[in-house]
This record gives sequence, structure tokens and C-alpha cells, in this order.
Amino acid sequence: MAEFSLPANSKVKIGNTHKAPEGAKRVKAFKIYRYDPDSGQNPRVDTYEIDLDECGPMVLDALIKIKNEVDTTVTFRRSCREGICGSCAMNIDGTNTLACLKSIDEVKDDVKIYPLPHMPVVKDLVPDLTRPYAQLASIEPWLKTKSPLPPTDEERRQSPEEREKLDGLWECVLCFCCSTSCPSYWWNGDRYLGPAILLQAYRWIADSRDEYTGERLDQLEDPFRLYRCHTIMNCTKTCPKGLNPAKAIGEIKKLMVQRM
Amino acid sequence: MSVSNRPLSPHLQIYRLPLTAITSILHRATGVALGIGTLFLVWWLMATATGGSYFGFVQSIMGSWIGLLILFSFSFALFFHLCNGIRHLFWDAGYGFEIATAEMATKLVIAASAVLTVLAWLLAFAL
Repeated sequence: MAEFSLPANSKVKIGNTHKAPEGAKRVKAFKIYRYDPDSGQNPRVDTYEIDLDECGPMVLDALIKIKNEVDTTVTFRRSCREGICGSCAMNIDGTNTLACLKSIDEVKDDVKIYPLPHMPVVKDLVPDLTRPYAQLASIEPWLKTKSPLPPTDEERRQSPEEREKLDGLWECVLCFCCSTSCPSYWWNGDRYLGPAILLQAYRWIADSRDEYTGERLDQLEDPFRLYRCHTIMNCTKTCPKGLNPAKAIGEIKKLMVQRM
Repeated sequence: MSVSNRPLSPHLQIYRLPLTAITSILHRATGVALGIGTLFLVWWLMATATGGSYFGFVQSIMGSWIGLLILFSFSFALFFHLCNGIRHLFWDAGYGFEIATAEMATKLVIAASAVLTVLAWLLAFAL
């Protein structure tokens, strides 16, 4: 059910401020959500003033600078720093995106950084992604076939046109920016699969080599798993890879009607 | 620290909802408003069958500024729900999922429902 306000243990308090060093010219404030599971205290927002002349251009550069030079306890996921791994997904300036792809200059005011919305927080900017991963497993995201294997040294063939249907689907890095931007997923994430998983589901439905299309659609035909999507479009608007989960979900809904 | 005690990260409190999200909420809100507003219309119709004095009483409420405000809101809800409903039909048919198209259609829906509401009331007062 929709619970619009935060539970008591999740209400965010005002935290500490770390001033910029003396003589800093281009100061920008980063307001970062902090939660320490060992403290037993509520989450808080700490402010870190950074001299942009001494910092790389992306929000991730600032986070790494803060962790290296100001406060080593700031915790976040990151790996590739170029939009391929999907680790540094977080809410920056009110929108979910990858910190490594978000330029600091794009943010007019203070840079407000929160974990992906409406998720259990492990620590600081690290959300617990157990549920979306379990939901991904539930759609069996791999090639499933009924016909016998092709002869050795041969693969299951696909024409260039058939392969083209997977463009805009295979590029997803499973950062879950889209799912955690979706109000339907906020209110019904226990039963609704959410845009990231449904885009993955469509990636296998659209694959000409997959022979379980009917069974895949059967599994999705459910008031909650698929049909909690109300085309709010937050998913497509927020996707840092420029993909279109809303369209993929629309295509699944169309296939449901076509096969009736 | 138990896993179930983990705080929930902020959502509505911090998310900058795009235009399409706001009209989505408005679509649901106007849907609810239409349900309630229809009760008022039924009441009005029932009053015509009840008799002259009772109809006069209901009519005076509907004609008061608060009654007119409710009717005005009801008509906007009706036109918005209609226009956005038509847009949903396009989505159901697989069109209009690109961000630029969706945002343009959203503005079109808002403009169209505003124009239709004003037109309906100009017509109502002209007759």
C-alpha cells in the first residue's frame, strides 16, 4: 500500500557541516545522506564544501574526493567511473542517475545526494538491492530453447533485422535508477516487477532465438507483476543510459493483447 | 543491527517529479473527483423528480458561488480525464513513448482541457 511519509526510523535529520579549506575560490556544497547502521540513530544530511578548482568534473569525482580527503566514512558503491557498471546509481538533485555520468555543473544549487529512493538503506548511499535482483532471477534472464542444439561449431542464427530489435534493450546495466524512480514500484515493489526487470523481460521476449515467449508472457500476465505500470514515464526520463523502459513495457502489454 | 531495522530512503520527499508524473497523479485524482462529482449530478437530477420546491433548493446551492466552483472543477476534471484518456489510448497502441513526444503531449492535454473547460462555461453562460 502507498505510504507517503517516511517511517519514524527513516526521518532525516540535519547533520554536520565540513567547511571548505581557507582560500577556496569556487566552493560548492554537497549535501549527502548519511546513515550509520552501528549508531542506532536516524539518517542525517551532512554538508561538505568542496573547492571545484581542486575537483574533477563529475559528481562521482566529488564523492571520491570527499572520501579521500575530508571524511573516510562516507560510503557509496562505484567501480568503472564511465557509465558501464551501474554501481554508482543514486539520487542527485532530485533525479536518479549515475554519479559518474552526472556533471557537477548541471546542478544549479547545492548538490543534494540521496540513495536510490524508497529502498532499505544498508549504509549512507548504499541501498539493499536484494529484492530487484531476486525479481530479475524470477524472469529467467537467459536464452531458453526447446529445439535441439545446433551442430557443434554452429550457433543459433539471427538475422541483422532480428538482432536490431534488441537495440535499446541489451544496453541496460541494471543500475535500477528506473525502478527506484517509479511511484508504482515505491508503493507496490513487493509484487510489481518494476521498469528495469520488465525491460529485461522484454529483452528475452523480443529475442528471435528465444523459444519460450508464450511462457514468459504467461508469467507476466498478472495485475501486479506487469500491470502496475501506469505509464508515469519517470523510468524513461531518468535512465542514465537513455533507454526507454516505458516503451518496452508498452510493447509487452501490446503482445498480451495481440495473443488473445 | 537487524536487517529489518534498515531505514527507508526518502522518495516523494526528495524526488523531482517530471511533468508526465504530475499529469499521471492528476489523471487519478480527476478520476476520483469524477466519481464524487457524479453523485452531485445524480442529486441534481433526483431533485427534478422530487418536486418544485426541493429542486429550487438544490438549484440555489448549485447556482451559488461554491456550487459553481464545484461544477467548474468537475467540468475541468471531466475534460482533463477525457483528454488524458485519449493520450493513454495512444500509449496502449504503442505510440508516444519518446520523452520529447510525451512531454509535448502532456502540455497539449493540459492546454486542451483548459480551453475546453473555458469554452464549455462561455457556452453555458451564453445560452
